[in-house]
Amino acid sequence: MKRRDRVLPGFGLTLGYTMLYLSIVVLIPISTIFFKAASLSWIQFWTVVLAPRAIAAYKLSFGAALAGGLIDSVFGFVVAWTLVRYEFPLKRLIDVMVDLPFALPTSVAGITLTSLYASNGWIGAWLEPLGVKVAYTPLGIVVALTFVGLPFTVRTLQPVLEDLDKEYEEAAATLGANRLQTFLKVILPALVPAQLTGFALAFARELGEYGSVVFISGNMPFRTEVVPLLIMSKLEQFDYAGATAIAVVMLIIAFSILLLVNGLQKIAGRRLMVT
Amino acid sequence: MGDESELYAFNYSGFPGAESAPTRRSATSDPLAVRIALITVAFLFLGLFLFLPVIAVFIEALRKGTGEYFAAISNAETLSAIRLTLMTAAIAVPLNVSFGLAAAWAITRFEFRGKQLLVTLIDIPFSVSPVIAGMLFVLLLGVRTPIGAWLYDHGIKTIFAEPGIVLATIFVTFPLAARQLIPIMQAVGSEEEQAAIVLGAGGWQSFLRITIPNVKWGLLYGLVLCNARAMGEFGAVSVVSGHVRGYTNTMPLYVEILYNDYQFAAAFAVSSLLTLLAIATLVAKRCLEGRVAPVKKFEQDVPENKAAA
Amino acid sequence: MSIELTNIRKTFGDYVALDNINLNIENGELVALLGLSGSGKTTLLRIIAGLETPDRGEVRFHGEDATSLGVRERHVGFVFQHYALFRHMTVFENVAFGLRVKRRAERPVEAEISRRVHDLLKLVQLDFLGDRYPSQLSGGQRQRVALARTLAVEPKLLLLDEPFGALDAKVRQELRRWLKRLHEEIGITSVFVTHDQEEALELANRVVVMNNGKIEQIGTADEVYHRPANPFVHNFLGNVNLFRGRIENGRVYIGDTPVEIDRTGPRVEGATGTAVLALRPHLIEIIPRPNGRPSFPAIVTSINPAGPQVKVELVAEWGDSVQVDVGHERFEELALSPGARVFLRPKQEKLFVYQI
Repeated sequence: MKRRDRVLPGFGLTLGYTMLYLSIVVLIPISTIFFKAASLSWIQFWTVVLAPRAIAAYKLSFGAALAGGLIDSVFGFVVAWTLVRYEFPLKRLIDVMVDLPFALPTSVAGITLTSLYASNGWIGAWLEPLGVKVAYTPLGIVVALTFVGLPFTVRTLQPVLEDLDKEYEEAAATLGANRLQTFLKVILPALVPAQLTGFALAFARELGEYGSVVFISGNMPFRTEVVPLLIMSKLEQFDYAGATAIAVVMLIIAFSILLLVNGLQKIAGRRLMVT
Repeated sequence: MGDESELYAFNYSGFPGAESAPTRRSATSDPLAVRIALITVAFLFLGLFLFLPVIAVFIEALRKGTGEYFAAISNAETLSAIRLTLMTAAIAVPLNVSFGLAAAWAITRFEFRGKQLLVTLIDIPFSVSPVIAGMLFVLLLGVRTPIGAWLYDHGIKTIFAEPGIVLATIFVTFPLAARQLIPIMQAVGSEEEQAAIVLGAGGWQSFLRITIPNVKWGLLYGLVLCNARAMGEFGAVSVVSGHVRGYTNTMPLYVEILYNDYQFAAAFAVSSLLTLLAIATLVAKRCLEGRVAPVKKFEQDVPENKAAA
Repeated sequence: MSIELTNIRKTFGDYVALDNINLNIENGELVALLGLSGSGKTTLLRIIAGLETPDRGEVRFHGEDATSLGVRERHVGFVFQHYALFRHMTVFENVAFGLRVKRRAERPVEAEISRRVHDLLKLVQLDFLGDRYPSQLSGGQRQRVALARTLAVEPKLLLLDEPFGALDAKVRQELRRWLKRLHEEIGITSVFVTHDQEEALELANRVVVMNNGKIEQIGTADEVYHRPANPFVHNFLGNVNLFRGRIENGRVYIGDTPVEIDRTGPRVEGATGTAVLALRPHLIEIIPRPNGRPSFPAIVTSINPAGPQVKVELVAEWGDSVQVDVGHERFEELALSPGARVFLRPKQEKLFVYQI
């Protein structure tokens, strides 16, 4: 870009400041982790990363995030649908509150969910006689993660639902389809990219969640220890090498999901950006 | 010439473009039973996951009576936590907003290679687990690292002290302002600023008098989001603080300490303050969303911007 | 199938979209609803389809009341302005859609569906594009797929909402002719909405001119163009010059020039008062000096050669501006230039008088 082409001033200043700030706040810290991980030998690295306790943590994290993400996808769809399509009392209140998990500090969410689902909690006391224990079990983790991921699915779906042209449904009706057929064959397929994106975002967030989970899980290794808790545990024991190794695994997975989501959105844009 | 307008007056209207578009709804509405069922499911689900916890916070906070409640939120340690929380936000938010403005300006007003990469890099803190975010700074500035040792020798404590908390908070809230400002500055376009330059305004003048007022709602929105996250961050801050009561605790950390100490009512009391903050954030968010969307939509519909898009 | 619309009224809040519409459409006709945006034509089409419900009035198909029937039960084909093709389905799947969602009892077997779809695609000359997605087709091709999709379910009625509005001029012309041939071949009762008067006049058996929720005139292309019922229709279809004039004792005056009236137009014998006189630009003759027939003086203001005709703009003696279309040879004979003083003679048999 020749300097002559820039009418507006400030390119050097703003880009310079941006890069400087970005480097200090993000790039240098992130690279520190990879440097530190590189200081481990391969054997050390794999020993930590594939230790039974770590494997148990991965399974639990993935499983719980998967479950939470699926619940959020299904119910998030219902919430988004009703918010966009129907009128009912308190609708605006609900619309505002959907973002609560974004705004509420995770420790507050954590202690509240724990107290609700503990054996003597409002909900826990009710479920216990039925043989369902929530607090200090993987189920509790799923509950916490569902809470955390909810806004992602709803907010990803809402704009897409709002933009859906009614003409497609009208066309299906003139061709003889009933509401259910129209929904399954015309509306739902158009929502698949948004559904996948919402799920991926919720899943990624839930994988890394700490504050909401640390209280309700009980942190029992091999039983209710998710990966962020495992990392924290190692940090508290000053096992920085171990913590770093596991963190690297998490980061690679998280970045992969980020790339996947970007890719999904590009595909969706290409396929559906047409009359 | 002449009074042709009168000849046309009695029957002419509806000229092309005078489209008043009423909304259409029939033939695409769902049966009543379906609607009621779905709304009920939505209510039950959200009631269970969102409303119940909020109500629980306040009820648990007042479990020992209002006297205890006020004692809990006004004792020295709580005030210290509040102070640290506010200070952290007061530093992190303006810094990240300034970054957001600079980045948005660079990205939306100029063409350069690697622009897309830059945008992706800005999003990184979002994908990083809070625990890892905190750990980054421990690895970078911990006493045993080169930088940390140097700082320690000069009497500067970062990790397990306030500066560390601020740094970790800056990291996790880093993208929030930029992500709001970039699309809105994109939508607003640069014609007005260019006009100002042509009229003789300097860069800063154009920025302060033209750009800022145009993006003010997006700016506020980003600020609100940034602030909420800065005040509410727990995981990252937990790693870098020393959990030393009265010194290195923000409110979310303090809640954890009280809870682990079995001081449930006090923990919920402090939580209630944070919950009120969260609700205020949600309301502010909603109000600002109403202002930001029309700007984005209006600018999108302008023919020049459509051609440019 | 014939359509009878009686006393249709439709409002959206305070906005009156249709005001007391009465219209009968014969079986097999191709009818155009012609008007500007906001005239109510699309609303009327949607009411016929069942996509809107009228506040008052009835819709009857072949004498049977259809007003209470939903969209699905009416078996009408509707082609949307922007086609509304299902993006995630191929062309084949789009056309097959209506057949595949039929009730079990009525649904043909897949082989039969396939045969029908291919026949239709052949009919619309797209049989080699069955596997493509709508995004891979041109506008004209999408339009034809939309048509094929509608015809697949053998509707009794075909409704088209500005079918060619979104296409280039050339493609539009081709598709117009194509649609006319298709209609002649199939013979299905069809109603289409357009704001393009050329399209309406070229395609339709009858034209319904609408304005502000009301019907201004119904007639063949010939009737609405050459025998317009009022100044609106007159001006909407083709250009027209409007003059203020007077009627006195059965004689019509433009300015001060007495003019004989059209024998087929509204009767003004014995009437007295002001009137609006309408004359198309190519139905006025420019003469260098009066020649005995009624004429009035005017001054040339500008000359615009425009393809086959020369459009001459003048100002009449009393200040009204006039446009006259002159053929090239005549124009050369007259040797006009701006500022020239001439006389304008209306071809009397073509003058329309509307009394105010």
